[in-house]
Amino acid sequence: MTNATQPEIRHSAPTDSLSMAKVVGAWLFVGIPLAWAVWQVFVKALVLFREGTG
Amino acid sequence: MAVLSFLDREHSVAKPGYNRWLVPPAALAIHLSIGQVYAFSVFKIPLSRLIGGSTSAPGDWSLATLAWIFSTAIVFLGLSAAAFGAWLERVGPRRAMFTAALCFGGGFWVASAGVVLHQFWLLILGYGVLGGIGLGIGYISPVSTLIKWFPDRPGMATGMAIMGFGGGAMIASPLSVFLMSYFKTSAPQGVAPTFMTMGTLYFIYMMYGVFTVRVPPADWRPRHAAAAATPRRLVTTADVEVNTAMRTPQFWLLWMVLCLNVTAGIGILEQASPMIQEMFRGRVTPAAAAGFVSLLSLANMGGRFGWSSFSDYIGRKATYFTFFALGAALYASIPRIGASGSVLLFVIVAAILISMYGGGFATIPAYLRDLFGTMQVGAIHGRLLTAWSAAGILGPVLVNYIREEQIASGVPKAHAYDITMYLMAALLIVGFVCNLLVRPVSSRFHYLGAARDTSAGAEVARGAPVTAPKGV
Repeated sequence: MTNATQPEIRHSAPTDSLSMAKVVGAWLFVGIPLAWAVWQVFVKALVLFREGTG
Repeated sequence: MAVLSFLDREHSVAKPGYNRWLVPPAALAIHLSIGQVYAFSVFKIPLSRLIGGSTSAPGDWSLATLAWIFSTAIVFLGLSAAAFGAWLERVGPRRAMFTAALCFGGGFWVASAGVVLHQFWLLILGYGVLGGIGLGIGYISPVSTLIKWFPDRPGMATGMAIMGFGGGAMIASPLSVFLMSYFKTSAPQGVAPTFMTMGTLYFIYMMYGVFTVRVPPADWRPRHAAAAATPRRLVTTADVEVNTAMRTPQFWLLWMVLCLNVTAGIGILEQASPMIQEMFRGRVTPAAAAGFVSLLSLANMGGRFGWSSFSDYIGRKATYFTFFALGAALYASIPRIGASGSVLLFVIVAAILISMYGGGFATIPAYLRDLFGTMQVGAIHGRLLTAWSAAGILGPVLVNYIREEQIASGVPKAHAYDITMYLMAALLIVGFVCNLLVRPVSSRFHYLGAARDTSAGAEVARGAPVTAPKGV
């Protein structure tokens, strides 16, 4: 049974380490591929710009 | 089926200890997957050489024929987002995400069969229809849940998810190229096993979202919401049902706002590579133009998160005023920048414009929430996405038609885009006026059903399709 006023549902600064580990793991799961893709595009853009306009 | 009961809305209500910061990664897992659609073009050349090998042979599909696959997927994205929004609000995000994963992953599998059998209709059915339905349901599935978890920062929350749609293509493009190269020896062009692999990978990745997402308990509020939320005149505390929302002028004004903002952005996106080469003839090579396009994709993705987060501070109306006023000024300045010969300035201006294009997509769910409440914001968002479909046709047609007409009438290629840029500025001024006309939704449109029927369980009732009277 869930309750509207239950204080356990956190919204920021989680205090227990398990909750924090879950959040960190979740963000790594989506963040690593995204960061890799952003880096690839950034490098490609820089290299191509240097080649193309140099 | 009992085995699938874990997908039910009532089984996905957050239990004590659940951290709301787990919801954005769940949403990102969906959007990073379905964002693959923007990278579909990497399959076009290999698909056109399945028989011929190194070149197209008689019997191979032409590039023009293959273009129908992407177009069908985008059409079904818009149609399914509009059609399944109310269903999504009723069954909850988990079942919707599961359906999206099945359709999107399954679409790849059917398309793979189409490649093996060389049956084009199977490609259309798989990637176009089935995949397109997965795109539409997947796109809107986390939106209302995020807004409910982050009532204090709805722009930031939806921006994080919709940013993923922009980032998905950046992951999918190198992944597709790698897989096709890996499977090239075992199948023509390596396309069929690549489709199978990607369908499976995306299904698994999206299932992470399915298992992670939760809806907040009824009437849940973040601890510091009162301190964080600054009262604004446009932000309602009432709710409007999806069919009722479509009868309000506010819905259609926002439809115009989105359509015009997207149309203007597509004006640059669609022609980015030839535009920079033709405007700065002899100074920008095709390779540099490809780098320019890559930078625009980064600006598009960054704008989705940045502008929507910023809108939490300055308000949604002010954010769109910025898009339209700054956008009109920048579009109008492009012909002069082209004449001045400053490539760097052109790139900066184009990146700002594309960031606002992405920002327009990401900020609109929060604008809808401000005006129509959270009850059926996902369904309303789905209906509003038809503006995207309209802009997808309008933008490229305007740019291409005017450019060709200008060149045919003797205008040098370097100036062939001038009229288009002024037209885009004019469209943005119309958008400015539409945004100016947005007022709070009249109370006669507000939903009263939940107040009358509190015995059915607030969370389920608030998500259920509404048959109650539409007005006061």
